[in-house]
Amino acid sequence: MSSSSNSDIRRWYVIAAPYLWLLIFFLVPFFIVFKLSLSDVATAIPPYTPTFSWSIADFVSKLDFENYTFIFGDPLYVNAYLSSLKIAGISTFLTLLVAYPMAYGMARAPKGWQPTLMMLVILPFWTSFLIRIYAWIAILKPEGFLTMFLMKLGLITEPLQIMNSTTAVYIGIVYSYLPFMILPLYASLEKINPALLEAAQDLGSRPWRAFWQVTFPLSLPGVFAGCLLVFIPAVGEFVIPDLLGGSETLMIGKTLWTEFFNNRDWPLASAVAVLLLLVLIIPIVLFQRQQQLEREAGR
Amino acid sequence: MRGRFSWFNATSILIGFAFLYIPILLLVIYSFNVSKLVTVWGGFSTKWYGSLLENQALKDAAWVTIRVAILSATVATILGTLAAIALVRLNRFRGRTLFSGMIFAPLVMPEVIIGLSLLLLFVAMGLDRGFWTITIAHITFTMCYAAVVVQARLADFDKSVEEAAMDLGATPVNTFFQVTLPIIAPSVISAWLLSFTLSLDDLVIASFATGPGATTLPMKIYSQVRLGVTPEINAISTLMIGVVTLGVLAAAYFTKKSSEREDKERRKAFGAAG
Repeated sequence: MSSSSNSDIRRWYVIAAPYLWLLIFFLVPFFIVFKLSLSDVATAIPPYTPTFSWSIADFVSKLDFENYTFIFGDPLYVNAYLSSLKIAGISTFLTLLVAYPMAYGMARAPKGWQPTLMMLVILPFWTSFLIRIYAWIAILKPEGFLTMFLMKLGLITEPLQIMNSTTAVYIGIVYSYLPFMILPLYASLEKINPALLEAAQDLGSRPWRAFWQVTFPLSLPGVFAGCLLVFIPAVGEFVIPDLLGGSETLMIGKTLWTEFFNNRDWPLASAVAVLLLLVLIIPIVLFQRQQQLEREAGR
Repeated sequence: MRGRFSWFNATSILIGFAFLYIPILLLVIYSFNVSKLVTVWGGFSTKWYGSLLENQALKDAAWVTIRVAILSATVATILGTLAAIALVRLNRFRGRTLFSGMIFAPLVMPEVIIGLSLLLLFVAMGLDRGFWTITIAHITFTMCYAAVVVQARLADFDKSVEEAAMDLGATPVNTFFQVTLPIIAPSVISAWLLSFTLSLDDLVIASFATGPGATTLPMKIYSQVRLGVTPEINAISTLMIGVVTLGVLAAAYFTKKSSEREDKERRKAFGAAG
C-alpha cells in the first residue's frame, strides 16, 4: 500500500511539470479564444468587451454569436475557408507525388548511403521556413531566375507570371513541407520485407504490378501520416500565401492575421480561429490516433 | 526494403535534392553579389555582410532571438524529456489521453491559432508582452517536438538495463541519472538543437506573443522581405543557414560517435562473457 502510494508520488514528479505547463499554456488559451469569439470589439485596452468579470451572470449576458453570423454571412470568409481547404488538399497531393519517388529511391539506395540521404532531407527542414520562402521570391518573380533560365533556353519569350498567384503558393507549400512527407514514407517503405516483392516477381508479377499490389498498399500508413502532417498545417498557413500568393490568394490563416493585426478586431479573429480549429479537428484526431498506433506497434 | 537500385531511383533522388537545394544555393551565392540587383551577377563581394554589422536594429534583434532560443530550448528540453518519460514509461495515469493529445496536437496545429490563443492568455493574465512572453510561447510549442524526439529513443532502448539497476538497489532518481540519461543523451541533445532552431526560425508565434518591447530576427527579416528582395537579407539568411547547418552536422556527428561507442562497449561486454 505505502509503496504504491510512494510510486504514485514519484510518478507525479515526472508528469506534473509538463502536464501543468501544457494545461496552462496550451489548453486554457483555447477556452479564452472561444470566450473572446463571443465578445464584441471595443476601442479600449484590451480591445474587446466584456473583459473578465466576477459577476458571472452579467458577463455571460454580454456574450453573443454575432461574430459567427457575420462570418457565415460574408462570402469572403466562407470562400477563404473553402479555398484554404482546396489549396491545402491540392498541395498535399502534389507533395505526395514529388515525395514518393524520392522516398522510394532512398529506401532502395545502398545501406551505406541512407544516413547521408536522410540527413540531406532533414537539413532543409531545420533551415528557417521564412528564409526558404524568401529564396523562392527571387526565383519566381517576373525578372527572376526561372524566367531568365527559361528565356536563355529559348522556351519562353515573355516573363513568367507565377509570382503572386496560387501556383506560387502550391510551389511554396510543396517545397517547405516536402521533408514532412518524405520521412514517414521512407520509414514505412524501408520496413517492407524485400522477400515479399521477390515472391510477387517469382510468381510472374510485372514490376509495375508488384509495386501497385504489394509495395504501395504496404506503404499506406506512411502515406496517411505524411498527408496529415502536410495537410493540417497547410490549411492554416500564413507566411507562404502572404509572401508568394499576393492579394489574389485567399487563405484563412492570412484572413485571421489581417483581422488581428490590421483591423485589430480580436473577437472576429478569435471566431475565425475557432472555426478553423473545428474544420481541422477531425484530421488532428486522426493524426493523434495514428501516432498512438505507431507507438504501440513500436513497443 | 532494398532491391535493385535502378536509374529511375537515382534520378528521382537527384531531381528531388536539386529541388530542395537549388533555391538555398542561389540565395547563398547571391549574398556575395556586388550588384544590388539580386538576380544579376556583378562580381564577388562581402560588402553586404559588412553593412549588416553596422545595422544596430538588426544586431539587437539577433541578440533577442538568440537569448530567447537558448532559454526556451533549455526549458523545453527538460519539460519535453519528462513528458517523454511519462509517455513511454508510465503506461497508465489519470488524464493520459489528454496528456498525449496535448503533446501531439501542437506539432500540426496551425501557428496562427497557437499564436493567437497564447496572446489572449497573456492579455487575460495581464503579463507585459515582450522577451518573456515570446520565451514562454516558444517553450510551449518546442517542448512537444523535444518530447517526440526523446520518446523515440526511449521507446527502443532496453528497459531491462533500468530494471537491473533498480534490482541492484539504485533509487529511481539515481537510475535515471546514471543509467537512463547517459543512454538517451544524444537524443536529448538533438531535442535541444531542434528546439533551438525552431525558436530561432519562428515568425508567426513570436509576432503574436511579443509586445512593443521586443523584436526578433525573423520579424525584422519579414518586415524587410515584404518590401522586396535585397542582398542584405540574403547575407543575414546565409549566416542563419550557416549556423543551423553547423549545428545539425555537429549533432549528427555526436549521435554517430555515441552509437559507435555503444556498439564497441556491447561487443566488449559480449567478448568478456564469451
